[in-house]
Amino acid sequence: MMQVQIRNLVKSYGEQRAVDGISFEIRRGEIVGFLGPNGAGKTTTMKIITGYLKPDSGEVRFDGVSSLERDFRHKIGYLPETNPLYTDMPVIDYLKLSARLQDVPESEIPARVRKMIEVCGLGDEKHKTIGELSKGYRQRVGLAQAIIHDPELLILDEPTSGLDPNQIVEIRQLIREIGKTKTVILSTHILPEVEATCDRIIIIHRGKLVADSTAGDLRRQAEGKSLLTVRIEGGTSEEQRSALGQVPSVQNVETVMEGGVRKWKLEHEGGDGTAAEVFDLCVQRGWKLLEMVPQQQKLEDVFRALTMEN
Amino acid sequence: MKKVWIIARREVESYFSSLAAYVLLVLFLGFTGFFTWLRGNGDIFFRKQADLEVFFAIAMWTLFFFIPAVTMRMLAEERRSGTIEMLLTKKVQTWQLVLGKFLATMIIVAAALVLTLIYYFSVSRLGNIDHGATISGYIGLLLLSAAYAGIGIFASSISKNQIVAFLIAISIGILFQFIAGILASDATGAVGELLAYLDINHHYQNIQRGVLDTRDVLYFLSVAAMGLLWADYFIERKK
Repeated sequence: MMQVQIRNLVKSYGEQRAVDGISFEIRRGEIVGFLGPNGAGKTTTMKIITGYLKPDSGEVRFDGVSSLERDFRHKIGYLPETNPLYTDMPVIDYLKLSARLQDVPESEIPARVRKMIEVCGLGDEKHKTIGELSKGYRQRVGLAQAIIHDPELLILDEPTSGLDPNQIVEIRQLIREIGKTKTVILSTHILPEVEATCDRIIIIHRGKLVADSTAGDLRRQAEGKSLLTVRIEGGTSEEQRSALGQVPSVQNVETVMEGGVRKWKLEHEGGDGTAAEVFDLCVQRGWKLLEMVPQQQKLEDVFRALTMEN
Repeated sequence: MKKVWIIARREVESYFSSLAAYVLLVLFLGFTGFFTWLRGNGDIFFRKQADLEVFFAIAMWTLFFFIPAVTMRMLAEERRSGTIEMLLTKKVQTWQLVLGKFLATMIIVAAALVLTLIYYFSVSRLGNIDHGATISGYIGLLLLSAAYAGIGIFASSISKNQIVAFLIAISIGILFQFIAGILASDATGAVGELLAYLDINHHYQNIQRGVLDTRDVLYFLSVAAMGLLWADYFIERKK
């Protein structure tokens, strides 16, 4: 059973369509990475799922029931991109307030607050005012307020933006820990983050969904065109180019200069065949093969290909 | 109603935890006290009557500035900092948020007015004070405050800038306080009656005269309600 179904969401701001017919589904327990360039419609889509924004058309369904018919906000935990917090409040008071606003019974609140402080590692900071905390700890408070009512679905809008590398690692670990028991939608434009945390990737561009699969699948999809970088000594560059162009499995030859050294980028179909052929070619011609590096297609390249402006 | 109370409580606590709150309170009491007791021409001693009529006339004006100063940040700041998004993605309806802010304003104003009871006790020792007039005077002030609070919260809902919100609230206040009355004296017929009805002074004077008419009560409560409804509408629209 799909837990969350998003159907044909459309949302415009004036003339501009921020979200233009996005549909996807999420299974219980999945961690979904929401990717896209800035302004692609990630935040708007997430705000619609949280119920904060109303779509112009389309709907969000939880366990088959439309959010238009029932209020699902207690099932959702949300960390907005800017992580807005009441900076004048002490951490504990803020968490209590969040719990009360989400209808957590008064008798359970102390235990929930204690649990959040433990899970989110806020032990040393719990008596401080939020305004005194570092950005990393504020992010933890943001996460804590989002999950204090034990939601089923967690929506995190760029949860690691603006953190230092150590904090990023810590917050990612925390998200993965939380993700073991919850469904998570996580937006980011940091690609390694998606690979590190998510089961599935959804890429949107200009308000439309352009890809929906696992990181591995996306990469394999792009592997149809693998790259091989070679550097050869011997012959003129023209001779090298035409010889490389005649290697049967090579589809395209491009030249790049790196530090005053000419290298060739060979686009090919994948597999090790091309490398063997290039090696044989060099042996035949008596050239010296100085460098041969297979390049795995990075997620970045896939991302760029899918969201190119044209 | 529980949510309204939670929002109001957080607002009042936050308000009294800031220094600005006390500065504002001191200014309110200072100005009110000065004009009530020390102005000379027209103050309580000058009148040689043991009543609070002077105070009620003055408080109308000090509240005119005090309440917009209290309400200006309430919604503007939530929108500027984005905390409004945090609130409204929890189980809080927009009307609960708006009503919570209104309730908070009324609690803060009531706290300020409680401090002015000192004047009542002082004057009652100077002579025979009319208790009925005093009670209706305070009811009038609370009703007036409700109307100002509604206007202030509305102003705070349409701008993210506190100062702008303050100025808008004052401008709307002036409209009700002066413009309606002035125009009413020139206009005739239905328009004139409508303008006369809108004049806040007119209704306030009625109550200060000791006449607690439901029409006047209804007037203040409708101004407050209109403000809150518009605030609710603008928050929904500007999400």
